[in-house]
Amino acid sequence: MGYVRYIDRTKADYLRQGYDKSYEWAHHEDAPFSPLAKPLSACKVGLIGTSEVAVRFDPETETDPIVEEDFRGIYSIPADMPTERFYSRTASFDRNATHLDDVNAYYPIDRMREAIADGRIGSMPDRVYGAYNNYSQRKVLTQEAPKVLEYCREDGIDALIMVPV
Amino acid sequence: MSLISRYIEEHGIPTVVIGAARDIVEHCGVARFLFTDFPLGSPCGEPWNIVQQRELFQQALDLFEGAHEPMTTREAGYNWSQGDDWKRLVFTEEQPWQDEKTQAEWMARKEEYRRLKSEGNL
Repeated sequence: MGYVRYIDRTKADYLRQGYDKSYEWAHHEDAPFSPLAKPLSACKVGLIGTSEVAVRFDPETETDPIVEEDFRGIYSIPADMPTERFYSRTASFDRNATHLDDVNAYYPIDRMREAIADGRIGSMPDRVYGAYNNYSQRKVLTQEAPKVLEYCREDGIDALIMVPV
Repeated sequence: MSLISRYIEEHGIPTVVIGAARDIVEHCGVARFLFTDFPLGSPCGEPWNIVQQRELFQQALDLFEGAHEPMTTREAGYNWSQGDDWKRLVFTEEQPWQDEKTQAEWMARKEEYRRLKSEGNL
């Protein structure tokens, strides 16, 4: 079976729900491209996902390890957080087909760590990033994307792994 | 995420998108895309399948070096172990995307956003 055409499926779904207009997905005929400036083994590689990854913590004794400056904006998590403390808050996944119990299936934090241990990538910054699912393309372009770039520059990132859920 | 990827690339930092919604990512257009033909929620491999996740992650890393032009898509090449029924069912009348509880949570969140906005806190 071929891959799922989500644009068509969600369009039909919108109409069934009684909306007269469906979501306009962003469209471009071309894309910007930056080549890798040095071997991957020498690169600092970042990670960002839209799975609304969060961290379990004890509100009695700890503060939330997530650093979030804006309401549902770009946020960060200390990269040395034990994997078992990560979880996802998203509702945007196929709950009938899969689950979110294994964070590495949508936010490959352990796979990153292994790649560093193997020398395949040089390093990762002290924090990993998260973004919320956002329907406003204006907000993504004027607020979120510049914020991610700011994080990348502050952290000296050479390449970025990006995982929409 | 695709829009953010484009912005980051424009500013000189290479990216790889690992995703399951091929049409949405390709419609937007990104530099490098590893497509995993799995249900939304498992773009980096099946839950607890560490070997598969490792191979998949390596493929994503390989794209940093192997892609030489924008809009390069690589297919990860795995089949979902429980068959393809999910493809037929997702976002259909037969199987609504969200159950009532999730829908209610989503509406509550939307309401919170409206409230914060009306109070000028956004």
